Amino acid sequence: MHELGIVFYIIRDVKQVAEENHVGHVSNVVMDIGEVSTVIPEYLTDCWRWAADREELLKGCGLKVNVIPAVTHCDGCGQDYGTVQHGKICPHCGSENTWLLRGNEVEIKEIEV
Amino acid sequence: MDGVRVIEIKKSVFADNDRDAEALRAELKQRGVYLLNLMSSPGSGKTTTLIRTINLLKDKIRIAVMEADIDSDVDAVKIREATGIPSIQLHTGGMCHLDAEMTRQGLDNIALADADLVVLENVGNLVCPAEFDTGAVCNAMILSVPEGDDKPLKYPLMFSVCDVVVINKMDVLPYFDFDLERCREYVRLRNPKARVIPVCAKTGEGVDAFAAWLLEEVRKWKEE
Ligand SMILES: Nc1nc2c(ncn2[C@@H]2O[C@H](COP(=O)(O)OP(=O)(O)OP(=O)(O)O)[C@@H](O)[C@H]2O)c(=O)[nH]1
Ligand SMILES: [Mg+2]
Ligand SMILES: [Zn+2]
Repeated sequence: MHELGIVFYIIRDVKQVAEENHVGHVSNVVMDIGEVSTVIPEYLTDCWRWAADREELLKGCGLKVNVIPAVTHCDGCGQDYGTVQHGKICPHCGSENTWLLRGNEVEIKEIEV
Repeated sequence: MDGVRVIEIKKSVFADNDRDAEALRAELKQRGVYLLNLMSSPGSGKTTTLIRTINLLKDKIRIAVMEADIDSDVDAVKIREATGIPSIQLHTGGMCHLDAEMTRQGLDNIALADADLVVLENVGNLVCPAEFDTGAVCNAMILSVPEGDDKPLKYPLMFSVCDVVVINKMDVLPYFDFDLERCREYVRLRNPKARVIPVCAKTGEGVDAFAAWLLEEVRKWKEE
């Protein structure tokens, strides 16, 4: 339930970029959200609607979420696998010596103005 | 509609907070103040463990507490009455976590010149506080026996950001199928460097080990 806090961070960053680029209104914000980032896209867009419409710069501005699939790398055998299906233990060799390659992102990719 | 222009940003939402947190840590280092961020689920025993720990340490070092609650000041009052040390309440304004900026605002209300150790009792929650670096020197968490030994598997981020995991409510172990060794193993999977300290905050058993570890940490932070 920390999506609202994240929305406030997004608004702060977007405002700053808009100011630097002399933009009066933003029509879309595109986010890259990792599958295991703990951010739930539906909550994020709900919070976004509520908060964005309170800002002149962001009235009616959409929030598009790209979900980045989570991939884990295994140091045991050097292969990659889907984190959500297999978790911490490598399905190829059974090693626990693994780490998250991607899927933890909470990033603002771009804005459309 | 005239042409849409795309401005690329490619920036982590946490980047500004991470920068604020680094700045805060650098300042704390310079002032010789150790900030401990204590996290857990609601009711795991943060306040009870803190009171025991403070009473063991308050004659050796100067301590202050910041209690983060969504809306009450019950814990801040409890700490003050049970230990006599300064304790302030931070309101998170409905937010489920504290970030570095809120932590700094809280610290502005404490006479840092008079503190060696400041403990931040974070909002009871195993998800959100783990995402936001508060600027603390160290993150610690409390897992209580009734919550189950599988929590490190279910809340990987929380366990990977904590250097110490206190296992509380050891007195009720006979009533739950909590396996301490299995729990240690799960914690190690998330963070091989994490230290596991079993305690019973109710009786005080084991809290001395946590207090001794903390005292050593504070000394190292001030000296190195
Ligand atoms: N049996 C037992 N109960 C404990 C122990 N430690 C704390 N409790 C009880 O657990 C309850 C919650 O303890 P608190 O210290 O308030 O927990 P907290 O994590 O600060 O709670 P919040 O601030 O509300 O998230 C209280 O009723 C305590 O008396 C323990 O070691 N054993
Ligand atoms: Mg408490
Ligand atoms: Zn493998």
